Amino acid sequence: MSLRIVVTVKYVPDATGDRHFADDLTVDRDDVDGLLSELDEYAVEQALQIAEEADDAEITVLTVGPEDAKDALRKALSMGADKAIHVEDDDLHGTDAIGTSLVLAKAVEKAGYDLVISGMASTDGVMGVVPALLAERLGVPQVTLLSEVSVEDGVVKGRRDGDAASEQLEASLPAVVSVTDQSGEARYPSFKGIMAAKKKPVTSWDLSDLDLDADEVGLEGAYTVVESATERPARTAGTIVKDEGEGGKQLAEFLAGQKFI
Amino acid sequence: MAEVLVYVDHVDGAVRKPTLELLTLARRIGEPVAVALGAGAGDTAAALAEHGAVKVLTHDAAEYADYLVVPKVDALQAACEQVSPAAVLVPSSTDGKEIAARLALRIGSGVITDAVDLEAGDEGPVATQSVFAAAYTTKSRVSKGTPVITVKPNSAAVEPAPAAGEVEALSVTFSEQATGTRVTGRTPRESTGRPELTEAAIVVSGGRGVNGAENFAIIEALADSLGAAVGASRAAVDAGWYPHTSQVGQTGKSVSPQLYIASGISGAIQHRAGMQTSKTIVAVNKDAEAPIFELVDYGVVGDLFEVVPQLTEEIKARKG
Ligand SMILES: Cc1cc2nc3c(=O)[nH]c(=O)nc-3n(C[C@H](O)[C@H](O)[C@H](O)COP(=O)(O)OP(=O)(O)OC[C@H]3O[C@@H](n4cnc5c(N)ncnc54)[C@H](O)[C@@H]3O)c2cc1C
Ligand SMILES: Nc1ncnc2c1ncn2[C@@H]1O[C@H](COP(=O)(O)O)[C@@H](O)[C@H]1O
Repeated sequence: MSLRIVVTVKYVPDATGDRHFADDLTVDRDDVDGLLSELDEYAVEQALQIAEEADDAEITVLTVGPEDAKDALRKALSMGADKAIHVEDDDLHGTDAIGTSLVLAKAVEKAGYDLVISGMASTDGVMGVVPALLAERLGVPQVTLLSEVSVEDGVVKGRRDGDAASEQLEASLPAVVSVTDQSGEARYPSFKGIMAAKKKPVTSWDLSDLDLDADEVGLEGAYTVVESATERPARTAGTIVKDEGEGGKQLAEFLAGQKFI
Repeated sequence: MAEVLVYVDHVDGAVRKPTLELLTLARRIGEPVAVALGAGAGDTAAALAEHGAVKVLTHDAAEYADYLVVPKVDALQAACEQVSPAAVLVPSSTDGKEIAARLALRIGSGVITDAVDLEAGDEGPVATQSVFAAAYTTKSRVSKGTPVITVKPNSAAVEPAPAAGEVEALSVTFSEQATGTRVTGRTPRESTGRPELTEAAIVVSGGRGVNGAENFAIIEALADSLGAAVGASRAAVDAGWYPHTSQVGQTGKSVSPQLYIASGISGAIQHRAGMQTSKTIVAVNKDAEAPIFELVDYGVVGDLFEVVPQLTEEIKARKG
């Protein structure tokens, strides 16, 4: 029996670019270059490693996002995933985490899965909640925020470094896993991988393919509203001194003036 | 007055500071009712009462320690059914955000994560968030159901406000999912004797410029002179000089102290994401062009191996 792995990947605005909001207070995805969320590369990497260990495995990468999100799928395919699913629909614009998890759950179920692997958080929203929501919706174990993961005999094991302790976790498949950036560097696509990716199948689904109605997703279906978004005022230029031998003392003087000493 | 559920983060009955901050925020929108789970849950009552909890719902069962996240969601859901709260507040921790999200989904609500402030609004609580590596400040609210909001540490002052804090046993029936993910081992983090990174009033961080694990002693000495927590950039963590639990930034801890001192850190966007909301920012870097200097209230262009020890000595001298 083949191990069916679905990796959820998000197409996000480049964090090193000038990210901002559109007029409807959603993340502007038009004016800023996008890419596969770097944190989801770690999910693709772990999927590849798990597939290499398994006798027989197939990796599907799944994204919910606009037309350009295909770029994220291509990147994941060129790293070595086998096929891709793109859920795309104009009515998805403005979908929040609760809605995204609904669409992902429907798509994952339609695709068929034994193991879902997600990133720890998207680099734009940074909520880090979609994997837990997905597990809740699918009714399967969540084995999230793993810095180490392995799958053997239908059981997933991993290490979760929490705030107070490091925990060893274990669950039976099917399950939803998310991995951190501590799980191991993601590989670069090889030239061969990039060429091969061009021929790999990308399936497109819209809301009707997933039996979803427009009002269940998008801005209308959202459970949260952003009332305002204001650019943080530039910090007032601070004092910068060059150390001429007294830099530490000058700094102490500043800290004393601010009552930190 | 409407009741507001506050999820209690505690270690064997010792309430962690972010929970006390939540009680301050909860009082702005209603009467805080605390929910404490697991071993020592009952021991939290005194501290919670002192900070405004009118009631403390407690429940202990082995499931809370033996299985991940879901048992706590079951308990919070039971508390919601018992209290019908106006909002649910949860500390933004690794577990906290996942608990909050699953709860929101179950009770047909929305979830807001990582709020840095909270105020009452005409249509329910309004949460302030800092997004895009703190380049923007947003105000949001949950528009359907009971708002579930997670709040970052250091978002409010801890204020004593004595209240009844009456302890009441919560009755919880665990769901089928509760036992899905087993915790087969747990290694508690070793205490460094320094303040908790996310809770500290002062954070002293070192980056690639520190150039070696052994040199972190310089950063630690400065931290200790100020009673501060020690942080590190990802470059320093990846090099193995300092533990990942101390990493500040997008994929590490997000800190918001009164004072942040960065030494040998360039100020990459992912690092800024975790420290840009600090009240006062200070940097020592030998490169005058380093982006960290765009953020600072006070910066010293110089060699950290000269500047930091001198600073530490001067602080010690001034403190006598
Ligand atoms: C998805 C993703 C997530 C990330 N998450 C994080 C994160 O959570 N946290 C994080 O920090 N980074 C994160 N990064 C990495 C980030 O992009 C930077 O690479 C990292 O912050 C750089 O660390 P640094 O400033 O210590 O090193 P560098 O950028 O190499 O800077 C070192 C600085 O030290 C100065 N210096 C050197 N020697 C001295 C000296 N003797 N005295 C004074 N100054 C000196 C140099 O001038 C330089 O400015 C992430 C990256 C990605 C892609
Ligand atoms: N639109 C999306 N399409 C596919 N996967 C997503 C999407 N949004 C979030 N995810 C997955 O959920 C993880 C956590 O995202 P978040 O909760 O938004 O921080 C990401 O790392 C992805 O694996």
